[in-house]
Amino acid sequence: MSSGEKYVAAAYLVVFVAVLGWVAIISSKLARLTREVSELVELARRRRERDAA
Amino acid sequence: MPARLRDIPLPALAWTTVGVVGGALALIFFYAPIDADQGITQKIFYIHVPLALTSYACFAWGAWKALQHLRTRAPGADLESYAAIHQGVIFGALTLITGSIWARTSWGIWWTWSSNQLVTFLILFLFYSAYFMLRYSVEPGPARANMCAVYALFGVVLIPVSWLSIRLANDFIHPTVFTSHGPQMSTAMFATFCVSWFGLLLLAATMYRVELAGKRLDARLRELRELLGT
Repeated sequence: MSSGEKYVAAAYLVVFVAVLGWVAIISSKLARLTREVSELVELARRRRERDAA
Repeated sequence: MPARLRDIPLPALAWTTVGVVGGALALIFFYAPIDADQGITQKIFYIHVPLALTSYACFAWGAWKALQHLRTRAPGADLESYAAIHQGVIFGALTLITGSIWARTSWGIWWTWSSNQLVTFLILFLFYSAYFMLRYSVEPGPARANMCAVYALFGVVLIPVSWLSIRLANDFIHPTVFTSHGPQMSTAMFATFCVSWFGLLLLAATMYRVELAGKRLDARLRELRELLGT
């Protein structure tokens, strides 16, 4: 691989890694939101059971 | 055909982005001719310039949404302005990095303060980076939304300054590809550039939509938590 090719690869790799990093951040955020929704569903269920009792 | 970007289903937008970006990469490496002057390193042009133009588009979109917020108090315009500026900063950072790599291989240096184009773009990038410092140093509410909108609108002035700086000043180091006589490249190169730019615009639109969806869901969950008293 020539020096020029290495620089071209580096430029495209930087963009690819940045997009990948962004996807990883969004994935972790989605995981947190899913966890929060589960907690709220559980809380609502417990309240319904308490009100029914 | 959906009239607005927000009417396009997100999965369709994402898959179109994957297709167009994939197609752009194929054109860049298998179709566009090798530049006689710069050789293989000219291929950086197909990612660097579209990144910069997409960054400008994101900042302009953020300013447009800020104007909508100030004029009509459109619900969600502040959040949309924030998301657009966030994408603009991401694409701006990538513009600076890919530009530095290209500068190193073409000029032998990573950065030069003598190029107006580089310096004005850096100022634009830093200006919008500081937007987040302002946003997160003020309590959420109408006052913060108004301050951020005014700040976003001020920054938009820097876009034409950055774009025109190379034409207004005698800048010999940074090349001018788009002149009043049209693009200074072959048809194959220009077609590849257009597809690449379209791909990056689609990527920015997808990222913008995903980020907005996440922020809106976050806000709804916070509201639900308050309603449930947790």
